[in-house]
Amino acid sequence: MASLWTTEQPLIRMRDVHKKFGATTVIDGISVDVMKGEVICIIGPSGAGKSTLLRCINALVPIDSGSILVEGQEVNDPKLDKLALRRKVGMVFQQYNLFPHRTALANIMMAPLHVLKRARAEVEAEARALMRKVRLDGKEDSYPGELSGGQQQRVAIARSLAMQPAVMLFDEVTAALDPETVKEVLVTIRELAEEGMTCIIVTHEMGFAREVADHIYFTDRGVVIEHGSPAEFFTNCRDERTRQFLSQIL
Amino acid sequence: MIASGGANLPVLKPFRLQPTGRDLTGAPFTTRNGLLLIFVLLLSACIGEAQAGPATPSILATILKWTPLLAQGFALNIAMSFLAMAIGTVLGLALGLGLVAVTRPVRAASWLITQFFRNAPWLVLLFYCILLMPFEVRIGGIIVPLPAWAKSTAGLALPVMANVAELVRGAVQSIPSGQWEAAEALAFTRLQTLRLVILPQCVKRMAPPWMNLYAIVVVGTPLASIVGVNEAMTLTGDVLSSEGRTELLVPMYLYLLTWFFIYCYPIARTTVALERRFQVS
Repeated sequence: MASLWTTEQPLIRMRDVHKKFGATTVIDGISVDVMKGEVICIIGPSGAGKSTLLRCINALVPIDSGSILVEGQEVNDPKLDKLALRRKVGMVFQQYNLFPHRTALANIMMAPLHVLKRARAEVEAEARALMRKVRLDGKEDSYPGELSGGQQQRVAIARSLAMQPAVMLFDEVTAALDPETVKEVLVTIRELAEEGMTCIIVTHEMGFAREVADHIYFTDRGVVIEHGSPAEFFTNCRDERTRQFLSQIL
Repeated sequence: MIASGGANLPVLKPFRLQPTGRDLTGAPFTTRNGLLLIFVLLLSACIGEAQAGPATPSILATILKWTPLLAQGFALNIAMSFLAMAIGTVLGLALGLGLVAVTRPVRAASWLITQFFRNAPWLVLLFYCILLMPFEVRIGGIIVPLPAWAKSTAGLALPVMANVAELVRGAVQSIPSGQWEAAEALAFTRLQTLRLVILPQCVKRMAPPWMNLYAIVVVGTPLASIVGVNEAMTLTGDVLSSEGRTELLVPMYLYLLTWFFIYCYPIARTTVALERRFQVS
């Protein structure tokens, strides 16, 4: 399957994805296509299943039915090689989840060293370059506890990038940050998007979504209410629920 | 716990501890209290001295005479505690990982073993090891003798194993789930996640209770005297029966107690200090 995938096809192709936690339906038939180099923003009220949808893409959460293809590889498959999938999909979390017992540089180097089994010298050079890229050179030897929230989140982004993923998932990455550090993280993500990194971003930052997204999806109660380019989405959304949500948040 | 949760649990309020300015939990472990205890021990020796007859050598002289022998016995106690702790920790680590294993049968088996050895009296385990283990084992062409002290060490290592397993389980489960998620998302295997991310963070959390367990093992080693191991307790008994002086009884055992106290007390103090330090960070 994976060998058949070409860049003309969606990098991620979700069809009719369903997910229940016990009796609660979290995702109720979502279909989304993401082309290579595209930036998708998913917005919507809390509890709409946005974070779960991201976790389904890298198989942190198994789906009940439907199909998710990542570079042609079916995620909803009992024989799925989860590790191979996760090497292609980077993920950044709301709570950063850096490893507190290792320095910033070591956090970035761990996965390339132990998962990809690459040479240390090469990995370290790349990790240092990534620290410069997220504007944290000089903080290589700091432990996560010594960094601000925004700095930690940028280390977390660098840590994901070190695996050279095909797509990056951002799960409300600014929700836990102080207002003054939100911007530095958003700038980092925007630079990534401009470099052509495929990104799926769950966010409540409407201004940022409008600016950076190629396509916006509005979800509520597990379904996509509507989607479109930022221009049409923000100026003339058709659905009443979308209008209501935007009026509350803008 | 009660003091900190008092605001949320009005039912417990009548029992709320009043802050006194003194740290109540740390009070038994101050240096002053330690010195006081040693002083009491010396005092009892002096009282025994007063009871002794005029023709016999003084109690202090008798104790000093036997000190090298008792020291040898005490060295065996320490050696046994070290070995039991080392073996028990290695086995307990494996058993503890079994307790958090993904496979249900592994988890169930580990749980059964842990509960069995955690809730069995140490003395019973000791007897079983003495009775069930052979007096020598043949490894390849070499015959390795298994003296009583080695079997006793094995007997002590079993409860240590079960207790360490519980420490490991508790520590692993106290690590936030986000750490697992982040490691998984980076394509770590479960074993890599444990080895590189989870367990290194557990060490800090496990150190104080682990040291506490060690102190308990040390004071548990005299149990081996019942199965005839020549450790300090057995030797003290031998000394007393060969001297045949009743006034020696209390000072001799207090002397032995002091040895254990001097050895274990700093461990207890360090444990408290570590607990405090980790609480802050």
